[in-house]
Amino acid sequence: MADYTYTILIPLIPLFVFLFLGLTGHKIKPFITGLIGTTGLGISAILSYATAYKYFIGAHVTGTGYTSIKGFEVAWLHLTEKLTIHLGVLIDPISVMMLVVITTVSLMVHIYSIGYMKGDPGFYRFFSFLSLFSFSMLGLVLATNIFQMYIFWELVGVSSFLLIGYYYEKPSAVAASKKAFIVTRFADLGFLIGILMLSFNTGTFDFQTLTDPHGPAIASAGGAAFMGMSVLSWSLVFIFVGGAGKSAMFPFHIWLPDAMEGPTPVSALIHAATMVVAGVYLVARLFPVYALAAPDALTVVAWVGGFSSIFAAVIACTQTDIKRVLAFSTMSQIGYMMLSLGVSGYGGEEGLGFMASNFHLFTHAMFKALLFLGAGAVIHAVHTNEITGMGNLRKYLPITHITFLIACLTIAGIPPFSAFFSKDEILVAAFHHNKFLFAVEYIVAGLTAFYMFRLYYGIFWGKKTHYHHTPHESPLVMTIPLMILAFGSVFAGFLPFHNLVTSDGLGFESHIDWMIAIPSVLIGVLGIVIATVMYKNESPLPDKVAGTFKNLYKWAHHKFYMDEVYLFVTRKIIYRYISTPIAWFDRHVIDATMNGIAGIIQFASYAIKGFQSGRLQQYAFVFVSGTVILVLIFVYLV
Amino acid sequence: MIQNIPLSYFLVISTLMFFIGIYGFLTRRNLITMLMSIELILNSVNINFVAFNRYLYPQQLEGHFFMLIVIAVAAAEAAVAIAIIINIYRNFKSIDVENVDEMKF
Repeated sequence: MADYTYTILIPLIPLFVFLFLGLTGHKIKPFITGLIGTTGLGISAILSYATAYKYFIGAHVTGTGYTSIKGFEVAWLHLTEKLTIHLGVLIDPISVMMLVVITTVSLMVHIYSIGYMKGDPGFYRFFSFLSLFSFSMLGLVLATNIFQMYIFWELVGVSSFLLIGYYYEKPSAVAASKKAFIVTRFADLGFLIGILMLSFNTGTFDFQTLTDPHGPAIASAGGAAFMGMSVLSWSLVFIFVGGAGKSAMFPFHIWLPDAMEGPTPVSALIHAATMVVAGVYLVARLFPVYALAAPDALTVVAWVGGFSSIFAAVIACTQTDIKRVLAFSTMSQIGYMMLSLGVSGYGGEEGLGFMASNFHLFTHAMFKALLFLGAGAVIHAVHTNEITGMGNLRKYLPITHITFLIACLTIAGIPPFSAFFSKDEILVAAFHHNKFLFAVEYIVAGLTAFYMFRLYYGIFWGKKTHYHHTPHESPLVMTIPLMILAFGSVFAGFLPFHNLVTSDGLGFESHIDWMIAIPSVLIGVLGIVIATVMYKNESPLPDKVAGTFKNLYKWAHHKFYMDEVYLFVTRKIIYRYISTPIAWFDRHVIDATMNGIAGIIQFASYAIKGFQSGRLQQYAFVFVSGTVILVLIFVYLV
Repeated sequence: MIQNIPLSYFLVISTLMFFIGIYGFLTRRNLITMLMSIELILNSVNINFVAFNRYLYPQQLEGHFFMLIVIAVAAAEAAVAIAIIINIYRNFKSIDVENVDEMKF
């Protein structure tokens, strides 16, 4: 068995960079801080690639497929014999894949940020937060047990909070960061309940024990039932609530569009490629438990994923802020991944959905980071987020234009770009398990192509827009990451994922099902064609269509009023009927009791303070007479 | 010879000394006199120790040792007390206990 102890360095290097930059960054030249952050992450990335090479191609692959290996583990909190919390590094196909995804995207974002954030007064702060985030995310994917994952899960939430609120002088950014934190924190409550229920029933936190197909966790599935589902299923549903919060699944998605208040590289890193797929990763990590012991929980995952994907896709068609379009597109694509996990079975061909989900996660990270960084380059050039303020930029931003086009073609599922392969696998998996969800995903594929090209034409074609100053292409430090990611988007699809990342570690034969692939490409092309007709040149068509579906358009434009629903529920119902009475109870009962006790004591002390006269002989007299009285009592009465 | 004196004689003496000491402590205003009263109380206790030792356990010496310890402690206590009284005098220009009543509410 190969030695993976060194993998502990992969998360630790960003941690040290974070501490170093956080403590000394203000004394160093901004450019140097950027360089330090990038170098630290570069080393992590190289180590990750080395690990991936060693793990997937190294000599230890046996007939049982890719096994999971504990590279490193220490008992961190030893509470009782049964309750010990470990920290460590778990190496298995999905964690290695995530290492590659995170370090690659993070490295690109670091390089890009040196250009994008140039001249910002908080340059070093930005880079130290980025390092903190990278540390947390890497710790999350390498967690050996569910409790360590929870710790890093919260750390990721904090770094996301810090980075969304990076422009803290902007009230909207502050509000967005709070919203993101509170909503995800609320969902994490479900995660915690799920962890407690799961570990109570199985007696372990450890992933290896939990996900062992012959282990105690799977065996405990026949335990007590509650409301028609086993306790294990309930715990997994609760864990999925936590995952849905981080992954912006309906109904916890409301924080994601607002999170776009953060700097664009942050959106690319956290809210597109890495953090938001943590929920997918969580379900994938516990996948054997879901698939073998709690198929009903998996059904919940599938439906939530499917609903979120179409919900977000419809909203994305109507938004005008380019980053928000991308945010909803992210939500939609994560819905795909969740759905794919939800329709998957365990082992071999049955595990196609699992493989497809991870495959899509991988390709999505590439093209979505590319889209966000491209959008960042556009925003950098024209200083607005609104699509209405853009147009005809293809001449000014040639590199951004080409890479953005590649990303759009990728997300639309056009062969031979990578998402064609991953999306095709998802559709095949859905087709074999749930025809209705399959149909939904078909429509989503068309919508995706449509809204992405609406965005593309809106930015790079369309009307002639007058700019205050001529937009210019971004510096090389920003365009090189775009090109690298574009390369990844194009070629990532050729990776043999069905041999690398599978539900049981064994490879299986996978081939493109043309009966499904051809219609999905056609619907993608159809979406592109419609978008071309409507948006390539300025035309009255979009308004006419919006007029035809007036109500639908209005609802979608307002994101189906989800924010308003939340506000109504929190403000009108929870605030008025729960918080207000509780506050009254707190003020008039609990506080009053405490004040009453203090008042009685104060009254009593005023009454008796005269005894402390300062006269020595009075004290002595009281003391002596007290003694005499006690002696008399004890001698004559007792 | 000593056997002819009953134990109660010693106890009467020591009780008298004890209450004289208490009386002096409660009525005298001079801190030195009060200290002397405390010495009286201690010595009355010493008499008790020795007398009980002699009459109850003539073969043993615990009472004597206790008395010696009390004398030693009393000596130390007197030294400390006089040091305190000197400091009080420096601060209040008086050793009248009536003047030393700053420590109150």
